Amino acid sequence: MLLFLRKQKYLIDYTLSSLLRRKGKSLGLLAVYTTIVFMLASVTLFTHALRKEAGLMLQASPEIIVQRMQAGRHAMIPADYLQRIGRLRGVMQKAGRLWGYYYDPIVKANYTIMTEGQSDTPLTEIVIGTGIARVQGLDVGDYLTLRSQSGEAFSFQISALLENDSELVSADLLLMSPKAFRRLFSIPEGFYTDLVLSVRNPREVNKVAEKLSQLLPDTRPILRDEVLRTYESVFSWRQGILFVLLLGSVLAFVIFAWDKASGLSAEERREIGILKAVGWETADVMRMKFWEGMVISLTAFLIGYLAAYGHVFFASASLFEPVLKGWSVLYPQFRLTPYVDGLQLATLFFFSVLPYIVATIIPIWRTSIADPDAVMR
Amino acid sequence: MLLNPAIMALVMVSAVICLMLLLASWFAVRVLSHWDINSGSERQLRLERRTYLISTLLVWAFSFQLMSLLLFIYNAESMSGQFVGAMCATGVLNVNAWGWPTLFLKMGVFFTGAVWLVLNYLDNQGHDYPLIRYKYWLILAILPLVAAELILQLLYFTNMDPAVITSCCGALFSSQSEGVAGEISGLPPAQMMPGFVLLGAAVILSGVWVAKRRQGGWLFALLGGAAFIVALMSVVSFISLYIYEHPHHHCPFCILKSGHDYIGYLLYLPLFAATALALSVGVISPWRKITSLTLAVDRIVPRLSWIAVVFFSLFYLVAAWSVWTSHLTMTGVWW
Repeated sequence: MLLFLRKQKYLIDYTLSSLLRRKGKSLGLLAVYTTIVFMLASVTLFTHALRKEAGLMLQASPEIIVQRMQAGRHAMIPADYLQRIGRLRGVMQKAGRLWGYYYDPIVKANYTIMTEGQSDTPLTEIVIGTGIARVQGLDVGDYLTLRSQSGEAFSFQISALLENDSELVSADLLLMSPKAFRRLFSIPEGFYTDLVLSVRNPREVNKVAEKLSQLLPDTRPILRDEVLRTYESVFSWRQGILFVLLLGSVLAFVIFAWDKASGLSAEERREIGILKAVGWETADVMRMKFWEGMVISLTAFLIGYLAAYGHVFFASASLFEPVLKGWSVLYPQFRLTPYVDGLQLATLFFFSVLPYIVATIIPIWRTSIADPDAVMR
Repeated sequence: MLLNPAIMALVMVSAVICLMLLLASWFAVRVLSHWDINSGSERQLRLERRTYLISTLLVWAFSFQLMSLLLFIYNAESMSGQFVGAMCATGVLNVNAWGWPTLFLKMGVFFTGAVWLVLNYLDNQGHDYPLIRYKYWLILAILPLVAAELILQLLYFTNMDPAVITSCCGALFSSQSEGVAGEISGLPPAQMMPGFVLLGAAVILSGVWVAKRRQGGWLFALLGGAAFIVALMSVVSFISLYIYEHPHHHCPFCILKSGHDYIGYLLYLPLFAATALALSVGVISPWRKITSLTLAVDRIVPRLSWIAVVFFSLFYLVAAWSVWTSHLTMTGVWW
């Protein structure tokens, strides 16, 4: 065993010195390899972190949302639906929500407006997200004017800014009192945007949803688990699309690696000839070449992965952002929580190292079976 | 579902393995019809040189196979969030009829691949390649398995329908349910436990015997295979119950989750490695009668047997430890 390990050590030693002797060629290969790993790893890390973030955020959302549908469109739901639901076994809480979107033509962006607090919240005070504050140049104490449904202008004083760490959801958020919301959008008392129900036992959620759709046939219940599942598949779908696009470059890399491994210079050919002449066997040469591939692969994988880590978690993945996050004027600025996942790492390995290994097997074999006298002549 | 990156990777790996085996099989046919170690012809020389390539190809192919088996289970585990009713890998494998067959085929290819690698290693020790024909016949036998795996896996992934409500492990592995899984879950632990322990002792003893005496390899392989099956059944029947500390949860996959300290990997990895080694010992020990291999067999068999014994012991120790430290008490229920 010790002998085996020592032999491998000498082989690696030899490989390293031989790689260093051919600096230009080795570095060229390493650069291309690293770039491939970097791109794939950036996509992987970024989508995975986003998926994680979405999942964490939705943990706090209610289990069931009930929306009223009219002619296939989402419509305001009357408050007496809450009474019509009555007491459903398993439902801990039920409440109506008021929320909507407001298009601001000045900055050409949509705000998400939600209501907060009881009816005694001051009518003219609002809380805004940092994204809005940034584009409008606002701060606490400043005034923000919104145009109501009827054409009047309402001025609100900003009482606070939403915290930075929730910027992924709160960048475009605007919180106001329910009364102000009804005035702004001319929504009569007794109507809500939708209803939310919280169900304690996850196994009862489906049953409650079934009862709801019988009780209120003009509504649709939306389950939190469904939303989570959708997020999950949308993100892995987007990641898959990007992978398919990057597959072209992986293929190019495979051809490049094949070419590099088979197009040996006269110098290298001579080197292998001498090795075989001094007593190396074909298997030894192949083993040496195997270690060469391993050294290059591991270095490229490590550097590429670390660079991608920095790109995603410190530079906010500036290269892929628009594709993976979607488009918006009010881009949230946020740092993702670093998250490394074994499955993602394995997938990445299969997409980068495996093609390299497969591409170099045949060229390596071709090199190592060469006859010493033929190559040295 | 094909656009999921892990699924793309799995399909790609299977396709690459299949291609590698196709290449090897094509060569195997030529070896089987033209191989003549005593000939000095150019064709024979070419064939001998090419065996290096084929060995390398297959070493990689079977290492990839091992990784793809792990990735397959890991992926099934992580996809459980995307299917209604699935809570772990069981539900995801149950999404359609192809999930379980794919898993079993992957396991089958893993074991035959491991045996092939050991056979190949042994053959290379003999100066006259005495096993070359058997070795290449075995490749021809593995090829259909690999091809079937590729096709089944493709069917499995393309037919995944997120709208289908699948059954979770609690429904499949319960003594009330029908089918193989239900049968295994319903096995009485009072009888399973002694069987598990006895077979464990037998396999370890036979392994030590083979390592010391260099004979009885076939018995070790037989016992190893039996121990593997009984061990998997025991995991479903009672070991998992102790890990979950729940008298009715039989799932063999939930133990892979972080909530149980990934103890499943500590159970399955040694078990699979030990079984593969035991099977290999059984396959190579009869070749001791070939003169050019006697020395090599005498050297390799004890070594493999010792490693197998260590892995088997590790598995049984982890299993015993998880039963011992569990807070679940079934005295009075099972016996």
